[in-house]
Amino acid sequence: MARIDVLKTYKLYINGAFPRGESGRVYEVKDSKGAFLANPCQASRKDLREAVVAARAAQNGWVSATAYLRGQILYRAAEMMQARKSEFVDAIIALEGKSPKAASDEVDSAIDTWVWYAGWSDKVSTIAGSTNQVSGPFYNFTIPEAVGVVTIFAEAKSTLLSLVSSIGAAISTGNTCIVIAAEKAPLTAITLAEVLATSDLPHGVVNILTGKSAELVSWVGSHMDIDAVDVSGLTKKQEADVRLEGAENLKRIHRFTEVRSAQRILSFVENKTVWHPIGI
Amino acid sequence: MLLNSVSVDELARDEESLKRFLRTLPPVDQVGVEGRAAMLSTRSIKNASKNFAIDLAIRMVDLTTLEGADTPGKVKALCNKAVRPDPTDSTVPHVGAVCVYNDMVSIARAHLDSIGGHDVPVAAVSTAFPSGRASQAVKIQDTKDALDAGAGEIDMVIDRGAFLSGRYGEVFDEIKLIKSLCGEKAHLKVIFETGELVTYDNVRKASFMAMLAGADFIKTSTGKVAPAATPPVVLVMLEAVRDFHIMTGRKVGVKPAGGIRTTKDAIKQLVLVNETAGEEWLSPNLFRIGASALLNDLLMQRMKMRDGRYSSSNYVTLD
Amino acid sequence: MTKFEYAPAPESTSIVDLKSEYGLFINGKFVAPKGGKTFVTINPANEKILAKVAYASNSDVDKAVIAATEAFKKTWSRTSPSERGKYLYRIARILQERAREFAVLETMDNGKPIRETRDIDIPLAAAHFFYHAGWADKLEFAGVGSNPKPHGVVGQIIPWNFPLLMLAWKVAPALATGNTVVLKPAETTPLTALLFAEVCQQAGLPAGVLNIVTGDGATGAYLVNHPGIQKIAFTGSTQVGKGIARAISGTSKALTLELGGKGANIIYDDAAIDEAVEGIISGIFFNQGHVCCAGSRLLVQESVLDEVTEKLKRRMSLIRVGDPLDKNTDLGAINSKAQLEKIHELANSGDSEGAQRWSPECELPGAGFWFKPTIFSGVAQSHRIAREEIFGPVLSILTFRTPQEAIEKANNTPFGLSAGIWTDKGSKILWTAQRLKAGVIWANTFNKFDPASPFGGYKESGWGREGGRHGLAAYVKVAK
Repeated sequence: MARIDVLKTYKLYINGAFPRGESGRVYEVKDSKGAFLANPCQASRKDLREAVVAARAAQNGWVSATAYLRGQILYRAAEMMQARKSEFVDAIIALEGKSPKAASDEVDSAIDTWVWYAGWSDKVSTIAGSTNQVSGPFYNFTIPEAVGVVTIFAEAKSTLLSLVSSIGAAISTGNTCIVIAAEKAPLTAITLAEVLATSDLPHGVVNILTGKSAELVSWVGSHMDIDAVDVSGLTKKQEADVRLEGAENLKRIHRFTEVRSAQRILSFVENKTVWHPIGI
Repeated sequence: MLLNSVSVDELARDEESLKRFLRTLPPVDQVGVEGRAAMLSTRSIKNASKNFAIDLAIRMVDLTTLEGADTPGKVKALCNKAVRPDPTDSTVPHVGAVCVYNDMVSIARAHLDSIGGHDVPVAAVSTAFPSGRASQAVKIQDTKDALDAGAGEIDMVIDRGAFLSGRYGEVFDEIKLIKSLCGEKAHLKVIFETGELVTYDNVRKASFMAMLAGADFIKTSTGKVAPAATPPVVLVMLEAVRDFHIMTGRKVGVKPAGGIRTTKDAIKQLVLVNETAGEEWLSPNLFRIGASALLNDLLMQRMKMRDGRYSSSNYVTLD
Repeated sequence: MTKFEYAPAPESTSIVDLKSEYGLFINGKFVAPKGGKTFVTINPANEKILAKVAYASNSDVDKAVIAATEAFKKTWSRTSPSERGKYLYRIARILQERAREFAVLETMDNGKPIRETRDIDIPLAAAHFFYHAGWADKLEFAGVGSNPKPHGVVGQIIPWNFPLLMLAWKVAPALATGNTVVLKPAETTPLTALLFAEVCQQAGLPAGVLNIVTGDGATGAYLVNHPGIQKIAFTGSTQVGKGIARAISGTSKALTLELGGKGANIIYDDAAIDEAVEGIISGIFFNQGHVCCAGSRLLVQESVLDEVTEKLKRRMSLIRVGDPLDKNTDLGAINSKAQLEKIHELANSGDSEGAQRWSPECELPGAGFWFKPTIFSGVAQSHRIAREEIFGPVLSILTFRTPQEAIEKANNTPFGLSAGIWTDKGSKILWTAQRLKAGVIWANTFNKFDPASPFGGYKESGWGREGGRHGLAAYVKVAK
């Protein structure tokens, strides 16, 4: 008699823990052929609230860590992902209907993309900062700094690759984030959360919610403690809603298409310019 | 914070206390103080205020000759100029003082008295001017000679070497000593040679040290070293006398010297005084300008204001 | 005269050739507005009418956008980057040549002292054109992304506090990067922009590359919502900026915003106090406090509060308030009656909330809009005057005990434009600068500006930067 597999319960990832959703709601996720896969949590606005609190609390510590350390922690995530490659491949095959080869390629690419973003952490100010030749006896320099708390609406296609590029770009500079996984393909996100939970990433730096993004769009847009939003996974209409609500605290809102792009990083930094006299 | 004289003495009880006090002085930011001085130099002084400023500046001039080639003739000519700057116009006030080397003091004093210049004091540069490099005995004798010859003001130089090597106590004691020689007979001006102290922090320290030691005036320079009385240096010294007045209730004068050659330069200095130490300092009792060529420029500007046309050096005396 | 008083030293206005009426600048020509509607601009220092100015109707704005669109397609996008740069160099030079004329006109229209227009506004405006001229053919080196492309037509709306300078901040990078522009100056200060149009004519700038439509908020709103523009750049109030962000939320228009601030100016006890006092003065009284990056919240370490306050008061009593055209004036007129009322309203709230108001004795002119240099001590974080932008010569003084507390208070605001740090200790400057959430930090100085130095805010103080290579990013499209 064949052994019965032990199935995974997919939960949210908030502040380093894996809670069930506050509302107790789940929804059914099917594979690309329509068969039942899992019952992930359907996060509520209160789960979002908790995730924002966790991200905000983690912000200062994460941005204050040395860029070298952040780079190492991102690299560690790539190591952990490599170790769990087969699980990601299975999930991608099931969710996205990709061939085993295509799924394997996507995971490889995602791992390499982690490594790509890991390497950025201590180069961003070199590339994006500047010393400015003002006409006067002043030393004047500009440095990029993390914007703060970023909410990411993950894309539904190439889920793992899009998650890695969104999260990697955001957190390499010191942002903390809340990821709202693609509604129909959340399992790679939760598995990624398990990777992050074992990769030295401080609690709260990345928080992952699953559920119906449509019901969270407006709450994200209007949340006054969210500094920026990656709307790559939203429709144009939803993006407009986030922009409309997000105007209240002037959230930085961006949509991306490139996987490895310095623009992803630069969109979620603020540039700080410091003046100081030069004298004796 | 108002200190009485006892606690002022306490601040400089010994070298350690003095050093400790000087360390408590706020630093000076070079770019900031130069920016402020530059801004004040944009003040536009016109018409009646310019007339007022020119006469005030004339009254503040310490008309100076400090050359190896000085002779009795040269000094006497200078004295004539000091008492009657413009022989054609008796409304021109006399200058603040005549400033000479100590061997010329008696000649200057006698000549001034002989031409009615009783209220023009003679200032003598002292303490091995301009370098200050001599034994204390020499410096004492230098000062005594000047006082005996009738100097009403002593312009001493500090020992910049001692100051720059941090021997503040030595500098302080020397100022105190010279002050005691001056007694009631003469006003003491202490020359820092700011061009050698280099930093504004040093200028501020030297200012407070000299004031604590009893200086009646603090003076920028000997005129032998550039840069000398730049507006920001004077600004720092004016801040020092202002703050020292608030601290102790005693008013100390300021004398920029060196590099002030034009009416425009002089008026810039007056603006600095007006907007830093305040109008009480706009008096020869508390502000002097060490100069020689300046006086003729002031006179020419005065003629321009009076006659409405630009004058020529043919109409001022070259002494 | 028995004491040293500065006699009046007014700058002559004869250099300015004021027209009685100004048209719109569309497609290289001054044109009358459709329907002939006009409004007047006054000198806020005496309330006298300076000129009648065209009020752009919607169809005038349409024309301006069409002119800019045509110029973008047919002329400007076909002009090589180095040639674009040469036009900007020409403009910079002509601004320098006509600097005095601009300074006087700006002072008349705005109310700010001639010393500031002469020494700051106009030279900096010219410098912005000179600086950006050099970028025009070097964009691939700017690090703003690969293959940067202009947006097309840019709508720019500028404020009244630095009329020509804000024009330069906006127009220079827009043209350098290859965009064409429809600019709307502020309702109360349109004149230097219109004089600038003449400069563009003298420089031979192709028709339609820069168009200027004068009007009010409704004109600006129409421009913002115009389907023919691809990018908007706005400097002004946070409230209007948020409105613009909402208005374009459903479009693909790009937007940069320079908005309000409530800058903290932190004075540590080891600061160079005299220079810090100068920095406080410049921080809040420069340009009558009509400065988005003003150091309007003074945070003084408690141990030096008395010393700083005494020195500040003494220094404030030297501020010369009055005729902006007088070369010795430090503080000029408030730009408009409406702004004056707003300042009064907030200052009165300071009184009623229990802060202590102090102003030096000074006589204010009879006509015109004036407000004495004012400080409030005993201000708490919860007071309106500690939280809201006053945009006037009013300083709120708060205290702190430790560096941590200074940071906490400084960052405790939805704004994030500027901050000041005064200390003699290098490591403390860097520690503080690192923690302040502000786009521009002046350490041991304040209110310094330069075209090479990026300027712009964190949080609700804006989107994007102006100036430096970072400022170019706002005017180009790149893949991301």
